[in-house]
Amino acid sequence: MRTAPGESLIGTRPARLLAGFVVLVLLLSACERNVSYQYRWDLFFKSVFTPSPLILGGLGLTVAIAVVSQVVGVILGVLGALGRLSSAAPIRWLAGFYVWIFRGTPLLVQITFVYFGLGVAGIYAWDRHPLFGIAGAIQAGTVALALNEGAYMTEIVRAGILSVDIGQMEAAKALGMTYRQAMRRIVLPQAARIIVPPLGNEFNNMLKTTSLLVILGVGELYVTFSRLNGTLFAPFELFLACALWFLLLTTIWSFIQSWIERRLGRGFAPTDSGPGWRGRLFGSRLRPIEDPSQVSGGR
Amino acid sequence: MTQISPHILDALGTVGPASGTVVQATDVHKWFGRLHVLKGVSLEVARREVVVIIGPSGSGKTTFIRCINHLEKIQQGRIFVNGHLIGYREANGKLVEDREKNIARQRQEIGMVFQRFNLFPHLTALGNVVEAPLRVRHMPEHEARDMGRDLLTRVGLAGKLDAYPAQLSGGQQQRVAIARALAMNPALLLFDEPTSALDPEMIGEVLDVMKALAADGMTMIVVSHEMGFAREAADRVVMVDDGQIIEQGSPDEVFGSPRHERTKAFLSKIV
Repeated sequence: MRTAPGESLIGTRPARLLAGFVVLVLLLSACERNVSYQYRWDLFFKSVFTPSPLILGGLGLTVAIAVVSQVVGVILGVLGALGRLSSAAPIRWLAGFYVWIFRGTPLLVQITFVYFGLGVAGIYAWDRHPLFGIAGAIQAGTVALALNEGAYMTEIVRAGILSVDIGQMEAAKALGMTYRQAMRRIVLPQAARIIVPPLGNEFNNMLKTTSLLVILGVGELYVTFSRLNGTLFAPFELFLACALWFLLLTTIWSFIQSWIERRLGRGFAPTDSGPGWRGRLFGSRLRPIEDPSQVSGGR
Repeated sequence: MTQISPHILDALGTVGPASGTVVQATDVHKWFGRLHVLKGVSLEVARREVVVIIGPSGSGKTTFIRCINHLEKIQQGRIFVNGHLIGYREANGKLVEDREKNIARQRQEIGMVFQRFNLFPHLTALGNVVEAPLRVRHMPEHEARDMGRDLLTRVGLAGKLDAYPAQLSGGQQQRVAIARALAMNPALLLFDEPTSALDPEMIGEVLDVMKALAADGMTMIVVSHEMGFAREAADRVVMVDDGQIIEQGSPDEVFGSPRHERTKAFLSKIV
């Protein structure tokens, strides 16, 4: 971030954001204040700085479920996108049907249907088929999240593939590559650059959406805090701490994402490729072009 | 400006035997929906021959060369390259589109250079050149890299091996594209208006490379309006109009004393 002359530090964006946050918390604690309420900040600090194994377990489960669901979702998305772009009509219809169903119904309904619906009807007994030692609600919940994610990723990957110039596929074919080779080696790597920013959004969402598995009683981060609150009853302190933990996860992810984008940007932008982590966290203004020849040198 | 030593071409074996027919197209018809683009085009190209195709835009010349490596389907006629029927097999006297693998194998013999270069932007210049030898021909990596380096040196880009396409000028990109096509050691090179997307000062460097290839005996079909190139390098100029070949002959004949009215009208516009 650059500070123009005459612009004080308080005017920069991160400082403004931080100030806004502090004011908000002060307002929250001042307005409509229940005078008899005794804040138990010890609970807050304890669950943030010296979290119990229960909280750490919930944190781990949240990350694990989110990562597995997202990875499976991306694989389903690539397959779905290739299906939707297939020259064989039945495959196209199948992929279209999948996207239609999973984008068209609430995720909450999908989660309950996959676990309770399939389980009770005896179509799939989630408790009896452990996969990597994982069975029951966790398995069902992960499957439901992955299936839902796959539908959204299908559209994201499809958009990425369609954004690659048709001349790339033609050049690859003219060199003797098959459709598969051309897709894998030429088109998908270029599509990846387009796919990663929305994929980052998706995973950010996924980290938080795992908390929906509360209805299956999966002990992830939100459920852990919810249970703690059940015994301690300190919703203000505990859910504030819970929010901070989620914020930590999504923040770490934003670092990882900007690193990935930089790597994928190689060969595309001669100078800068996308916002760095500062820009990503606090938003960045358009930078002035310092050397126009650097930018127009692309052709 | 660009130094290209022809003997390296020979050393790398880009030049086939000096006899025979490479391309034999007979009565090729092509429709885009209801639009009849090619109306019975027949053309034979001998080994080591350089054919330049000229004609007004929309006349079907680009479509025709795209049919030769089956980037476009044809609805009637036959195209043979090196004796292989391209893109189709015959079943009960009917043409059926061939299996993808066979088409891909046929395309390995036919290099193509595009108007908009179509380099792979996520690969370096060397990466672009070695991609197909590595993935399609399964050439050992060090061998492919050596060859790629030689080819890029030959098109005057020895210093740009690790540059990405976005860091190269149009003329440099097109020269990488030519090296990329040569890397598959094709029997035939197709050029689809290779200089029409270039700034004027870059046209020369690309034409120099093409002239060197022609002088070296590469079989080439070039869609281009570069008269200088045609006069210097072409064995034959073919005039296409409205989906048909209306006139052909040596550059002197076609440019010097065109017989057809439409050729005269066309030439008067581009000179």
